[in-house]
This record gives sequence, C-alpha cells and structure tokens, in this order.
Amino acid sequence: MRVAIRTAIAAAVLLAIYGLGLGVEAGFNEYVQRIVLLAGVNVILAVGLNLINGTTGQFSIGHAGFMAVGAYGAAFVGVKIAPTIHGLLGTGAAADAVVFNLALLAGALFAGISGLIVGMPSLRLRGDYLAVVTLGFGEIIRILFNNATFLGAATGYFGDDPSGLPAYTNFFWVFAWATTIVILIHNLTFSQTGRSLTAIREDEIAAEAMATPTTRLKVTAFAISAATAGIAGGLFAHMQAGVRPEDFRFEKSIDMIVMIIVGGLGSISGAILGGIFVAVSLELMRDLQQYRLVLYALLLVVIMIVRPQGLLGNRELYQLVRRRKATRAEGA
Amino acid sequence: MTQFFQQIINGLSLGSIYALIALGYTMVYGILKLINFAHGEVFMVGAYTGYYTAGALGISAFEARHQSFPLYLALIVLIASMAAAALLGVLIELFAYRPVRNAPRLTPLITAIGMSLFLQNAGMLVFSPNPQRYPAILSEVRFELMGVIVTNIKLTIFVVALGLMLGLHLFVQKTWTGRAMRALSFNIDAAKLMGIDTNRVIRSTFAVGSALAAAGGILFGLDQITINPLMGVLTGLKAFVAAVLGGIGSIPGAVVGGLLIGLAEQLTAGYLSPEYRDAITFVILILILLLKPEGLLGVVRVEKV
Repeated sequence: MRVAIRTAIAAAVLLAIYGLGLGVEAGFNEYVQRIVLLAGVNVILAVGLNLINGTTGQFSIGHAGFMAVGAYGAAFVGVKIAPTIHGLLGTGAAADAVVFNLALLAGALFAGISGLIVGMPSLRLRGDYLAVVTLGFGEIIRILFNNATFLGAATGYFGDDPSGLPAYTNFFWVFAWATTIVILIHNLTFSQTGRSLTAIREDEIAAEAMATPTTRLKVTAFAISAATAGIAGGLFAHMQAGVRPEDFRFEKSIDMIVMIIVGGLGSISGAILGGIFVAVSLELMRDLQQYRLVLYALLLVVIMIVRPQGLLGNRELYQLVRRRKATRAEGA
Repeated sequence: MTQFFQQIINGLSLGSIYALIALGYTMVYGILKLINFAHGEVFMVGAYTGYYTAGALGISAFEARHQSFPLYLALIVLIASMAAAALLGVLIELFAYRPVRNAPRLTPLITAIGMSLFLQNAGMLVFSPNPQRYPAILSEVRFELMGVIVTNIKLTIFVVALGLMLGLHLFVQKTWTGRAMRALSFNIDAAKLMGIDTNRVIRSTFAVGSALAAAGGILFGLDQITINPLMGVLTGLKAFVAAVLGGIGSIPGAVVGGLLIGLAEQLTAGYLSPEYRDAITFVILILILLLKPEGLLGVVRVEKV
C-alpha cells in the first residue's frame, strides 16, 4: 500500500515537472530556458557539494574536476552506446531517454570512483589538506583532458557525429534529476548516517570516540558528492555541442563554493537558493565578466567576516517558518 | 650525464624560489594553523612591484643602451618590492584574517581562498591580464662548466635565496621577535599568558613571510622572463606542497621541501615530459600525505580535544 502511494506521488511529481517543462518551453525564449536549465544543474552541484562541505564539514575546492569527469564520461558513454540501444529500441524518444540516463549514470559512476580515489588518501587527514588535494586534483583532471587525444584534447569532445553531442538535456530531465538528488540527499542528511556526518563536522574526535567510523563515512560522503557532481556534469555536457576542458576551470569550483556559502553551509534549501542565485547573477553580470570574480571573491570574504553561517545558516527553509510560528505562539 | 647536471642546476635555482615562498606558508601555518592561500598572490604582487619599480628607475633606458642595470638600483628594486609585499601581507592579515581568527576552522580557510581570488582578479584588472616581459635587472652572463650551461642569473637566484634564508634563520633564532614567533607556534595561549603581544608577533610573521615571497617573485621574474597576474596560483601551490613535504611549520623543512620540489619538477620535465611537470607536485603531495603526513622534518602532533 505504502509503495503504491509513494509510486503515485512520484509519478505525480514527475508529471508536474513534465507539464512545467512544456510550459517553460512554450512560454520563454531560448535564452531564459538556458538560464533555467543552468539553475537546475547548479542546484544539483550545490546540493551535492553541500553534503561534503556543509554537512560533513570537509572542504573540497576542486569539484569542477568531478563535474568534468562526469561530463566527459557521460558524453563518451552516450556516444558509444547510442548505436546499440538504437538498434534494440529504435530511434524514438524512449530510446534517447534510455541512452541519456545510462550515460548520466555512467558519468556519475566515473565521478564517484574518482571521488573515492581522491578521498581515500586525503580524508584521513585534516580538512585543509583536503582542500589543497582537491584543488590539485581539479587541475590534474583538466590537464589530463587537455592532453587526451581520444577525447579531443584542448578543442574538447564533440562525439563522432559532426553536429556535436545530441541535445538530450531538457527541462524535464534536469529537474527530474534535481528533484531526485535533492530528495536523496535530504533523506541521507536526516538519516542516522547523516547525523553521524554532522557529528564529524561538529567534533571529529568526539564522533570517533562515540565509535563513528569517521574515515569510512567521510570517504562515502565524498564519493556520493562527487557522483552528484558527475550527474550535473553529464546534464551540462548535453546542453551544448561538446565538452571542453576550459569549462571546468578552477572558477567553476569557486562558483560552486559561492552557491553553498551564500545560502548557508549545511542547509539544503540554502544550497538550492545559492545554485539559482549563481545561475541568475552570472547572466546579470555577463557584461561585467572581468569584475565577476572580483565581486565573488569579495562576497566570500565579506560573508565570512559578517555572516559566516550564510543566509540560512545550517537550517532549512521550512525550519525557519516553523521557528517563526513557534516564537509567535510563545509571544501570544 | 651533462643533461642530468643541467637539470640539477635548473632545479636548484627553481627550488630555491619555491623554498622562499614556502617559508611564508610554513611560518603562518605554524602559528595560526591557517593555509594562507593569498600568499601566492603576495608573491605575484611582489614580482609586479619589482617590475614597476625597475620601470620607474629607468631600466628601459639602460636596456636601450645595452648597459647593465647598476647593482645598487637592482637592490633598491628588491627592497622596494619586499617592503610593498610586507605591507600587503600585514593588511591582508588585518582586514581579512584577524576578524575570523577565532572562528571555526573552515571560516578562515574560505576567507583565505576568497582573498587569493580577489587579489588574482584585482591583479588582472590593475596589471592587465597579459603577460609582461620582465626587465633585465641582471644582464645574463652564460658560462660553461664541463658542458653544463650555468648563468649568473641562476647562481644569483640560488645565492640570494640562500642569503635570505640564512637571514631568516638568524632572525628567528636570535631576535626577540623571532623567539616570540617560536613561542606562538609552540603554544599561542601560553605565549599570551607570558605577556607576548600576539597581534604584533602575528603581524611581523606576515610581514617577514610576505617580504620573502616578494624576493621570490623578483627572482622568478628574472628566471622565467615573463610574469602574469595568475603566476601566483600554481607557484603558490607548489610552494605549499613544498612546505607540506618538508613538514609544515618547520622552517628548515620548507627549505628542503622547496629544493626537492624544484628538483623533482625539473627532472620530470627533462626525463618524462614537460607536460607533467606541474602534475608531479601533486603526485608528491598525495604520496607524502599517504606515507608520512607530518612531512620530512615535521614533528608528529597528537590530536587533542
């Protein structure tokens, strides 16, 4: 019975996203649509990064690297499996959907594995080493893609077709994945494992003393976070004709950090708001390209000094409303 | 064999630049437990200050006449850029790090990253993003030693860096401020109880570290011929890895680490492929974190509540 209800709810949500997508595609021009899609991708990035930087209190500043692995992985796998799947299922939209989602999952898998590889040595140590290792990893990944001739080296990977990668990414898939990932991360955060992750953030030594397997949990959280960045990368890759190494520079990692810091480290709703904020502000600041990073950098420093907990702190939006109600009731 | 010695010479001169920068990371980390990400940008500003000071002292006239730049003017360039960088370091500490000094660990880290980004991009606005040719503060003299090409520039880099490190050693070991620095890095609270003005000592730590980075910046400009506003990113990271390799918090460690990273980079470029010269540093970082996280000359610290 519960399963049936849940399936019904899930179907209703997906249908709603589908309807909303049709509305957005009919009602807005391509420019606005692109911003909306980017906002969705950013939400996935921010919520995933928040799991490791916010909830677990570790610090990755190289998530663009994982996003790149996911983007290249999804693009490559998508191009390679498309003929087989199309041979089995025909060339309709359903077959495309299968190809796309398999490709995304493959990208997530690659990104998750690279997360494990990076996380295992560095997560045994203090958090600030992790920051440097992830930074270095992000750079190494970019150098590798820059030199990988089978992936197009510096020009980028455009698939085997001269018209570039197929434009699979649309409103429905971005927001279906975003919703799924937000729900998964939310459930994880408020599960027992999630509480252990928060315990690691608050006091790692105390958590260890309470028999929390800190290293294992940190590495797991890191791999999950990397995998979500991989999904975002795959979606991002299929929004344009190809994936280029310079899409995943250090600036991309900084964008992600700004997303989660503005909203409040450790808050999922904060991360969602931050993701949307960055997508919109990037567009608004398009003419101010050279000032953009100066402003972002100042924003980071000022937020850290004035309000280090960000907009929401580590609370969720609904907790804010509930608290306000509670205080109002107290007052009355 | 000649090529081997050639790479060793180049590696030592590059490594001594890394060592100069690494000293700043290690001193600040030793006291505040903070990775001062903006340190690489202080190095960059130091190089640019040297560039503009040399310009103001009329270096282009000397270059046009094919005369070498007088040594006393070169010294003025060095001192001016060290002073400017010291001021910048103190200002960064005052406005960005001091307000968050007692905040949870992540807050200063993010502040440092933000500060580094800010200086990089402000640098691109102020200095223009295009690389600049570094003026020939020293005119190059080449000589051959059993087939190995040595230039006076490489030698000067090595000697100047060594001199500055020796100076730092004497400063830290013999002066009152140096002793206070060591006290702070040993136990900041106890030092405070002993009546040490911690703010003043931290300020001098930033000043000294930044001045050394600026000297590194000028030597880097001499060595690599061009400078650009993003030069501090990768060089800073490599110097940080050097500090970790030597044992972060340890001053001799930073010197050893810097020289080793310089050698590793040159040998990789010479024998493997120049494309991997930047990657080798991070491979070393991951290896050292796995095998000997306290670094070559570091002390194991017990984690306490």
